[in-house]
Formats: sequence, C-alpha cells, structure tokens
Amino acid sequence: MSRQALFKRRYRRDEEAIPFLLNGLPEAGRRGDTVMTAILSLETSLRRTEFTGESRAGFCLIGACQDCFVMMADGSRVRACSTALEPGMAFLTDAVEGVEHD
Amino acid sequence: MTEALPIVIVGAAPAGIRAAERLVEAGVRPIVLDEGLRAGGQIYRRPLVDDGRSYRNRYGSEAKKAERLHAVFERLRPSIDYRPETLVWNVSGLERSGHLDVLREGVHRQIAFSKLLLCTGATDRVLPFPDWTKPGVYTLGAAQTALKAQGCTVGDRLVFMGSGPLLYLVAWQYMKAGARVEAVLDTAPFRSKFHLVSLFVRAPRIVALGLFYGAQLQLSGVKVRYGVRPQTVLGEERVEGIRFRAGGRTEALACDAIGYGFALRPETQLADLAGCRFRFEDRDRAWLPERDAQGRTSRKDIYVSGDGSGIAGADAAEIDGELAALAILQDIGNTVAGDRPRQLTAARARILRQREILESAFPFPRDWFETVPPETTLCRCEEIRIGEIHCAVGAGSIGEINRMKALSRVGMGRCQGRMCSAAAVEVLSSIRKVEPKETGRLRAQAPVKPIPLGFGGPLDTEESR
Ligand SMILES: Cc1cc2nc3c(=O)[nH]c(=O)nc-3n(C[C@H](O)[C@H](O)[C@H](O)COP(=O)(O)OP(=O)(O)OC[C@H]3O[C@@H](n4cnc5c(N)ncnc54)[C@H](O)[C@@H]3O)c2cc1C
Repeated sequence: MSRQALFKRRYRRDEEAIPFLLNGLPEAGRRGDTVMTAILSLETSLRRTEFTGESRAGFCLIGACQDCFVMMADGSRVRACSTALEPGMAFLTDAVEGVEHD
Repeated sequence: MTEALPIVIVGAAPAGIRAAERLVEAGVRPIVLDEGLRAGGQIYRRPLVDDGRSYRNRYGSEAKKAERLHAVFERLRPSIDYRPETLVWNVSGLERSGHLDVLREGVHRQIAFSKLLLCTGATDRVLPFPDWTKPGVYTLGAAQTALKAQGCTVGDRLVFMGSGPLLYLVAWQYMKAGARVEAVLDTAPFRSKFHLVSLFVRAPRIVALGLFYGAQLQLSGVKVRYGVRPQTVLGEERVEGIRFRAGGRTEALACDAIGYGFALRPETQLADLAGCRFRFEDRDRAWLPERDAQGRTSRKDIYVSGDGSGIAGADAAEIDGELAALAILQDIGNTVAGDRPRQLTAARARILRQREILESAFPFPRDWFETVPPETTLCRCEEIRIGEIHCAVGAGSIGEINRMKALSRVGMGRCQGRMCSAAAVEVLSSIRKVEPKETGRLRAQAPVKPIPLGFGGPLDTEESR
C-alpha cells in the first residue's frame, strides 16, 4: 500500500500529538483530529471493500455514506469521519473485511 | 403518564436550535438529540477543538450567522436536555404515544415523546460516474467539512465538479485555504446562468457573492468549463486526474482529489418510519413529508422542519424551526400572540421562490445516465453496477423502485440508499422512460443507520423526565 497522504493539513499543525497504531506501526495524529483525518494525513486508504477488495477513503464526511468504516485491532469498527481520535487507538486499514449483515 | 412526556427535537442545527429557542422561551424544556459531536449542523459545523481560526476565516460570508446561532445554542444549554453523539435510528410505538430508539455511546435507549420535531437536514446529492469510488473522490460537502471542521483539504490539487451554488463556493474556499484549484467543471450549460439575472432583483446578495467567487476563481487562473460530463477518474490506487467532455471536446486534467455534487437531498427516513404521508416535490426531485406552512405533518404529534422537509437552505431552516415550535406551542394549547407565524411564513416563501430560480441556474443533469457506462458502480456499499440494474429491470417487468431494490439490493446497503437512491431512481426512470415520480418512493427501514449487531431488547427505558 502506498504511503502517500491524501489529506493536507492547513491548520492545527502544531497541536499536541496523539499517538496511535496504524497497521501495527506507531503514528501520531493531532489533538482535534477525527480518525479519518489522522489516517488520511498519512496514507490514501481506510479500508478494502468486502466484494472487490478495492480501496476506499470515505466519501461524504458527515456520517451518511458509511464508506469510512475502519477496522480496529480488537475487531470492532468505527466510522472514521465522525469519531474523535483517542490516544492508543489501533487501526487496521489493509484487512479485507468479511461480509457482514447489518 | 402522558402529560409528563417530553417534546423531542432531532437535529441540533439551524432548524432544531431555533425551534428549541422558541420552546424554551415558552417555558418548555425540550430534549434535543443529535448524532454529531458538536451542535451547529452542516453549514455551521464546528471543529472538535479551537484551531485558532476566526469566525470570518471559517465561515466566510456567513460568519455572523454562524456566530449568532452558536451563541443562541450555548445560551440555551442549561434550559434544554441536549444529547450529542446520539443516533436516532427508529420511530416506533406509534399506536399509542410514540417513542424513539436511540443509541448513545453504545447504549440503546427508548425515549417516549409527546411531540416530535424532526430537523434532520440533508446530505449531498450525488450521481455515479466511472471510478467515483476511488480514494480522493469526495462530495462537495465533504470537501468543505474537511476544511471547516478539521482544517485540512482533501487533496492539494483539486478539481470541483457538479451543479449548485456550493460548487463555486467550495472551490473558492479551497483556493483561499492555499490549495491549488485546477478547474471548476460545471455540469450545467453556460446559458443556465442567465437565470441569475432575475434572481438579482430578488436576492442581490446571493448573486453578488456568486459573481465574486466566480470572478476570483477565473482571475486566479482556475479553468471553468460548462456543460461537463465526466468520462472517468484517472489513477490506479488514488485520484490522479479526471477525463471529461465539454463543448464537444475531450479534456484531461491532473489533480489529486475531486469534490463533486448536485445540490442536496433531504434526509426523510425518520418521517417515513413515523408514518408521515409523502408527496413528490419537483424542485427537489425527491419525495418529501407532506407538511403545512408551519411543519405539521399528516401524523398528529409529528412535525418536520428545515432541509429535511424540503431543501431551502440555512436561512430558511432557522425561520422554519421557529415556525414549527410555534405550531407545537399552539397545538399544546399556548396562545401564540401577534403576527409572528404569518411573517415567518412569508419570509420562508420568499426564500423558496429564490430557490426555484437557483434550480434553473444550477440545474440537475437529467441526462446523466446517457453517458455513464453500465460497468460503473451504482451502489458503493454493495458494489452493484449499473448494468446489474439493467438486468434486474430486465424485459420491463419492474417499474417500481422498491421492487428494484428487492431484486438488485440497491439501497439495501449500509448507507440505506443515501448515496445511491437518487441515482437509482434516475436509472430506473431512464430505462422505463417515465418521470422519476412514476417509479415510486423508496421506503425507509429501521435502523436508518448501522447500529452494532446483536444488542438485546431495550436496556434503558425512559418514560419521562
Ligand atoms: C456537507 C454540507 C455542507 C453545506 N455547506 C453549505 C454552505 O457552505 N453554505 C450554505 O449556504 N449551505 C450549505 N449547506 C446546506 C446547509 O447546511 C443547510 O441548508 C442547513 O444546514 C439546513 O439546516 P437544518 O437545520 O435543516 O439541518 P442540517 O444543518 O442539515 O443538520 C441536521 C442535523 O440533524 C442531525 N441528524 C440527522 N439525522 C439524525 C438522526 N437520525 N439521529 C440524530 N441526529 C440526526 C445531524 O447530525 C445534523 O446535525 C451544506 C450542506 C451539507 C450537507
């Protein structure tokens, strides 16, 4: 997976660092980040889809499209656009999810 | 006990906040539920922490209104029962007095209400085109939300596409924030903009702002194209460009992100679950809960207000929220003095007339699916392609949207049709060669948004305050 940021920070660049794990590696976001901002300021993908395995990186950012679900290391999922980043969170963005029935 | 049941507002945004304000003035303490982390709604969305920007910097021409609405909300806080991060996923129990099923911090709860005011707003209206699921393609609203609430841009070199006032506004906001805006690709023909001349008489400020954004973009070298139809997103793992047709020519532009959209679609699922009667509104190309001038629906005790009852914008939503609160107060036996409801109704009607003209200046691309190939993904959630709809609709046996949903699964995914139903209706009506309203109305299903699997029955029943 490419390590190329999708988002570009314009403000809050010097805000306090919030440590988290991305695919097992230590990374840092900024205080006030959503999970989405923290991850996409580092790379281009939040997850792979269950059917075709294509990368997704969110779409609507207001909690409507449900495209930005991210797997946590404990197997739970969060909606990245509307979840605040907390210290110690651990995300897996290259796992292909199982088909799930909501 | 029925008399103790609270009045509940869903949505702490322009409509919901103004409604709460009016109720509090009359001595009522409403419960205000909102899924968001902070109150304000879409246009006046707030960051999670202060990022040093002024209101002027964050909200531009709407800074004063944003500041005013946030101040109203902060003042109201002690007088209302505000519950953020609370998803309302169902309305039920309507045979008796109704209640809401809500989820907050993983805890399921039921909240019974005496009156329910739905101020659920809107989301971007989108249509599919080849590779619109690629990382780096976002809605216009998403691009704006990233900037307003998170202080970041969704890329560094952008193309904006679509139709609607938000198109030029967001492009301009990105330019001001330091991003390189490559182009604005307007899907409407240039001649549609002449409608703005007649809008100028009624709403000079709106037109002047639009002209200002357009002029500044062009002066800064941003390419503007009209009558655009996209061909495909370029790039393997992420957006690297876009190829499109405009004015009989094919053009390709390099960019690392795309923001696009076609105005807004109202969020009406809860009104549907509450059993409200719907009608088709041509202006929004959408089904809306039937309402009177003040937001009373066909169901006693259920009220709707703001963009969720028909797209009219933030100013109208503030007016509309107050109107609905006045309706509720009248209906619980308070006398509403003076001329206020009539004045507000007239003000809202004026804005709706402006909206008609805006629709002509920024029209919906009705022929979209004439140029979108069948292998294009229609449903992002279940990854269903347009061609599969053609197959499901088959030899002409299906003409109704709910049948199409059952057979194709379009609209059954996690987004519950928010991102695909506008498109699904257009595809079906284009295959059947009928107007969208002839294809019927996609019925809402609970939960209106995904909730964690397998929680048991109600854990915490709240009968009254
Ligand atoms: C992303 C986006 C950006 C926009 N930007 C602009 C702009 O720059 N300029 C402009 O003039 N207009 C803009 N608009 C339009 C403008 O935001 C709306 O016209 C206005 O905010 C409408 O106010 P409202 O009170 O009807 O609802 P909204 O502001 O849409 O808010 C609805 C609220 O209801 C809540 N809600 C909805 N469903 C549920 C549920 N099931 N459970 C709990 N809570 C729920 C939401 O969390 C939200 O806070 C934008 C719209 C969007 C979607």
